[in-house]
Amino acid sequence: MGWLGAAIPEEYEGGGLGYEALCVLAEELGRAVAPVPFAASIALGAEAILAAGTEAQKREHLPRIARGETIATVALGAGPGEPTQARVQANLRDGRISGEAWPVPDGGVAGLAVVAARDGSGVTLVLVDLNGAGVTRTAIETLDPTDPQARLRFDNAPATPMARGWDAVQGVLDRAAVLIAFAQVGGASACLEMAAVYAKERHAFGRPIGSFQAIKHRLADVYIATELARSNAYYGAWALETGSAELPLAAATARVSASEAGFFAAKENIQVHGGIGFTWEMDCHVFYRRAKHLGLVLGSVRHWKDRVVSELEMRNAA
Amino acid sequence: MDFDDTPEEAAFRAEARAFLSANARPKDRRGPTARYGDTDEGDVGAAREWQRKKAEAGFACITWAKEWGGRGGTPMQQIIFNQEEANYDVPPNIFLIGLGMCLPAFITYAKPEQITRYVPPAVRGEEIWCQLFSEPSAGSDVAGLRTRAEKRGDEWIINGQKIWTSGAHYSRNGLLIARTDPNVPKHAGLTAFFIDMKSPGIEIRPIHQMSGASNFNEVFFTDLRVPDANRLGAVGQGWKVAITTLMNERVAGGEPRRPVPADLLELARLVPGEDGRPAIQDQAVRERIAEWHAQAAGVTYTRLRTFTALSRGETPGPENSIGKIVSASLQQQIASFGLDMLGMAGGVMDEALTPMHGLFQNALLSSPGMRIAGGSDEILRNIIAERVLGLPGDVRVDKDKPFNQQAGSR
Repeated sequence: MGWLGAAIPEEYEGGGLGYEALCVLAEELGRAVAPVPFAASIALGAEAILAAGTEAQKREHLPRIARGETIATVALGAGPGEPTQARVQANLRDGRISGEAWPVPDGGVAGLAVVAARDGSGVTLVLVDLNGAGVTRTAIETLDPTDPQARLRFDNAPATPMARGWDAVQGVLDRAAVLIAFAQVGGASACLEMAAVYAKERHAFGRPIGSFQAIKHRLADVYIATELARSNAYYGAWALETGSAELPLAAATARVSASEAGFFAAKENIQVHGGIGFTWEMDCHVFYRRAKHLGLVLGSVRHWKDRVVSELEMRNAA
Repeated sequence: MDFDDTPEEAAFRAEARAFLSANARPKDRRGPTARYGDTDEGDVGAAREWQRKKAEAGFACITWAKEWGGRGGTPMQQIIFNQEEANYDVPPNIFLIGLGMCLPAFITYAKPEQITRYVPPAVRGEEIWCQLFSEPSAGSDVAGLRTRAEKRGDEWIINGQKIWTSGAHYSRNGLLIARTDPNVPKHAGLTAFFIDMKSPGIEIRPIHQMSGASNFNEVFFTDLRVPDANRLGAVGQGWKVAITTLMNERVAGGEPRRPVPADLLELARLVPGEDGRPAIQDQAVRERIAEWHAQAAGVTYTRLRTFTALSRGETPGPENSIGKIVSASLQQQIASFGLDMLGMAGGVMDEALTPMHGLFQNALLSSPGMRIAGGSDEILRNIIAERVLGLPGDVRVDKDKPFNQQAGSR
């Protein structure tokens, strides 16, 4: 239906509808906990190629991503830690890449990866065909089974250069942070609706549990956190759409709110449901897993809080 | 959603800026904030003068009709003017309760000739209005109020007491809710009036707040005589008038109050942390600043979303309670954390010794009031839960019983 390519410009055979449309879509995917590679292929992969790719790379790959023929992903480093330069382990030499990257979102099914690699003094982004020579992939068991990840091993795999420098990587992360914030807000809204419906139906002590202030006030707090996160995400989308210099701060702010609201809504949804919320049959745990997972895929909330303050410091110094 | 001005909005913004820069001084963010203090006679005079200038230039009550002294403008223009005015050092807005809450309700229920008589002088700052709802035993449960109004001929005789009345001492008019029938359930026995605050039978006493300031009053009525012509709405309809007023309160309130996260960032650069380096290098400090920045930004952009809805002609709903709930607690948390950063010197109020003119200390003492005034945190959470999320009301023991048969009603 062309949804995945909604924000890919028409010149690359996308929908050319802009980020507002993509954000609506992201929110709905989050609301439905849809098992589709949105974060990997669209929020990260396609956006990375748009932001850091050469004209030839865009012409070759974006139309296929928009049509859903190719799934793309981004591989920024290996092992525990935040998305920083220190975590990058792969090395680039003479157009070939060697080393490891994990966890890589949808790395098992993706055909194409934007990979961060060391090249002498700094870091560069390169494009790697994951079905090509020198690539080994191993599936990783994950907290959220609907959001699979993989471990990638590169042994002299052919790699074509994209933009250089950590700023380019950060630009990719900022764009993804805004888009994924909408998926997080969608998940939080779904949890809030589930909890409110259940609180109206479930009776205890002779009345609906939703008439107790202990439940009401908790759900009011979930509503507040979700709406603040939604507003920050809108602002991020505006910064993304208009190419504003506000993007780094807007993206970090959106991610902090959305990661916190997403997990808060998911955990309180289980709490309002009580014992039944802890069972496999109820969807509560699906949202809970997805919420925490989305809060980690671009680095933890602690990392993004530090980015918020760094951005505020820069602007105050200016 | 659009964060940019349209060409018309940009033109209006330029007009507002031209007026402001010609008539006021830009705000100095680094200067002392007023102690959360009293509004003295000088402040009232300056505020009236500023309101008169705004009204003459068409910047007072921008959305109201020109014949009332307004501009006949759009909600977006009012928002733009407020944003721009916030950058200037202008007198305290002592008209907010009147123009933002009492008069919208007054206009809804008053007769045309009353509107012509009362609205224009209020817009010009000549007549200030106060709101006479809360009572010592009717705070969050304002429908439990006991001030009696008894009909005698063409007049009503009022006896009782109001409390937390901002600006009663400089107000000319007041919007009063009184109990006209104690024999019916509490919400059904109320009636609204507007009264002349200079009438005999009214005594006003300031309340000394925990912060040291006196922004509120107690107002006592002893055989106050009010003509029946000053009744707003039908007898027994007072609760509807009250709700009209209070919904406007939710829209009018919720502006962030200092210290804001940027103030905490500034303080964290000034004071040393545990290891002697500036506190801003402490990861725990950074996390709190970021967390609160994200909340404050969320409030700002939520307001902009409300404004976008307003400019599309939608009515603001109970979701506006968010701004007040979040901003009030933010101010208190930031103030407390700021004092923690000052450590053993956090309790020093002496402006010569403490950084940033004692902003954090003063806010610590004034912020508890913000979480109570204009709908407490608890009442606002009930409103969100019941009116936005559709959760059932609490079990009530008071709703259908006549007021004079309720526990604690006498």
